[in-house]
Amino acid sequence: MKLIIGEGSCGLAAGAGAVHAKLEELLAQDNPTAVELGITGCIGMCFLEPIVDVYDDEGELHRLVRVQEKDCKTIYEAATTGNLSLLDKLLITPEDAEFLSKQTRIALRDCGIIDPESIDDYIAHGGYQAITKILTTGMTPDDVIAEIDVSGLAGRGGAGFSTAFKWRAAKNADAGEDGRKFLICNADEGDPGAFMDRAVIEGDPHALIEGMLVGAYSIGASEAIVYVRAEYPLAIVRLKKAIVDATERGYLGNNICGSDFSCTLRIKAGAGAFVCGEETALIESLEGKRGMPRLKPPFPAQAGYWHQPSNINNVETYANVAWIINNGGKAFAAMGTENSKGTKVFALSGKIARGGLVEIPMGTTLREVIFGIGGGIRGGKEFKAVQLGGPSGGCLPASKLDTVIDYRELSATGAIMGSGGMVVMDESTCMVGMARFFLDFTAKESCGKCVHCRIGTKRMLEILDRIVAGKGEEGDIEKLEDLCYAIKDGALCGLGQTAPNPVLTTIRYFRNELEAHIAEKRCPAGECRELISYSIDQDVCVGCTACARQCPVQAITGERKSPHKIDQTLCIKCGNCKTACRFGAVVVA
Amino acid sequence: MQKKISSMPFKGTPEQEAQLKAVIAENCHDKSNVMVVMQKAQDIYGYLPIEVQEMIADGMGVPMEKVYGVATFYAQFALSPKGKYNISVCLGTACYVKGSGDILELLKEKLGIDVGECTPDGKFSLEACRCIGACGLAPVLTVNDEVYGRLVPDDVDAILAKYAD
Repeated sequence: MKLIIGEGSCGLAAGAGAVHAKLEELLAQDNPTAVELGITGCIGMCFLEPIVDVYDDEGELHRLVRVQEKDCKTIYEAATTGNLSLLDKLLITPEDAEFLSKQTRIALRDCGIIDPESIDDYIAHGGYQAITKILTTGMTPDDVIAEIDVSGLAGRGGAGFSTAFKWRAAKNADAGEDGRKFLICNADEGDPGAFMDRAVIEGDPHALIEGMLVGAYSIGASEAIVYVRAEYPLAIVRLKKAIVDATERGYLGNNICGSDFSCTLRIKAGAGAFVCGEETALIESLEGKRGMPRLKPPFPAQAGYWHQPSNINNVETYANVAWIINNGGKAFAAMGTENSKGTKVFALSGKIARGGLVEIPMGTTLREVIFGIGGGIRGGKEFKAVQLGGPSGGCLPASKLDTVIDYRELSATGAIMGSGGMVVMDESTCMVGMARFFLDFTAKESCGKCVHCRIGTKRMLEILDRIVAGKGEEGDIEKLEDLCYAIKDGALCGLGQTAPNPVLTTIRYFRNELEAHIAEKRCPAGECRELISYSIDQDVCVGCTACARQCPVQAITGERKSPHKIDQTLCIKCGNCKTACRFGAVVVA
Repeated sequence: MQKKISSMPFKGTPEQEAQLKAVIAENCHDKSNVMVVMQKAQDIYGYLPIEVQEMIADGMGVPMEKVYGVATFYAQFALSPKGKYNISVCLGTACYVKGSGDILELLKEKLGIDVGECTPDGKFSLEACRCIGACGLAPVLTVNDEVYGRLVPDDVDAILAKYAD
């Protein structure tokens, strides 16, 4: 009998650490049947964390969900006595189990299955076979790149550029007198709402290392670097251990697998700057400078880190590589659409019933992801929009739900594939507020190098600030559009060029909401503070005084057991009363 | 991003200075390590006052302008001291959609400080952060390294109470 606890960042935040400690304590006291206790990374079902997987002696999986410390005693008894019927109450429901069974996992193939801190476990699941095959069967770098070319693998960081093309360019680039080439992994997952890269590093770090080794061999690099964002401390810890273990086993260092190929790998921790996800800004940051993008060309393949030929790919891209080498490019290309091959991981979150990591073949519709796998909107509200691609992407309405996941199809809608953030919104989310949220983000994260991005985003933010405060003017939408196109044309890097996308899609699909804010000074979603008022429904209020006690400005008055009232001149619209009311008597208008 | 610069006098100890010197000695062969040194310096001092930035600039042989440039560019570097318990509310998209803004407002009100500030007793500081990648548990906040997820405004009091010592 084996007990495996899901210990990605999400699981730990939900309390997996306490569950682990308790089970360990119980097993340390008495463990007559030698029950094993282990860990795994992110299983991808965030909505069910903490998760404990019980493998019985036949190797069959019984998945326990939302496990709390108080359940540990029962789990311990069931595991030590073999009476698994004790666990029925904790078992995952068949509907929830569909969240995983409807997926096709390649980049996440071992995530949530293997122990991320054990190289043996990775090897037992077929790990390091790809690099061994390449180095021991005489595959040349050109052979490897050709295989990747057949697979059609494209950059999973968002831009969707052909991986084989990039590798070939770096391989063919002249490294000059210095002679060095570098292979870099972009793990600066800055798009708020995307966390697949974190999950891969925390859950299957050796898959990243192996993918990078294949890349380094292909382009002729002997030094590889992973740029990880500082907000991911657990990912850094697990990757560090993986690097030590891989070096010890001879998968990193000199003469890997007895060949002439040598490669080292090191981690560089970022320090919190969204723009460092842009490859040339990332290179500047690697060199210890402010992360400000460089003018392209020259591209990193010609002059990257220390102006030497460098190749940069995202974590998810590398995580696919070993699978492609082991299973062939054709098998990968068999999935997906004409333009987009293989699978893509999405981080499904927001007002969704079942949130977590979803890996599906390209060509799947947004509707299937959100309603088929994600179970639709939580709490029975109406679907309003889905945000794709974070600050560089856009919000799509219900009418676009049948769009298939494909680089070109998604770009045509005005959103982008992006790195895979998929935040779902219901009727209570204000789309103008959402656009303002993203502009606030890009205005703050703009590095300041070019005028259009630095000042343009600031001006757009000012206009949106006005609109949500009820001070919008006629012509604001046109002004926003003008600024959007000017920034798109004038900005140097991807951050600036895509910064207007959230606003443009809001104008395109939710123009009526913008107009309601500007012309009628009304927020249809009831979210913009300056445009709403709180009142108490006199017929519903029972006079429990809960709201009055929570009001920070004593704006609510009334006798106990008789309906209360809000003084509009005092109300600061904090919403505490609405949260406090158990009877739904506080109304927003 | 604009940062608040502390007006509190610098109170570094000789032990801290010795630690920083050791870090600099380990890294000064390569100027690109300046960020690494700054990250470690922040671990040692809790923030990066001008005095510490000057020590790093001198030790690494890079102009002070470069060090200050890096310190002000990246969100991670703090120019004013943090509280004993640093509360960081995630304002990533998923958390925002699920109401982390309300949680942040409530904390500001309860602690009587704004984002980037520290309570006068030095106990709590408050910041807003970008996505920490725990979107499945949105809205989330962290207190030092401890993550709290699936929050509702009612949870705030209980969390603050945990750090009442």
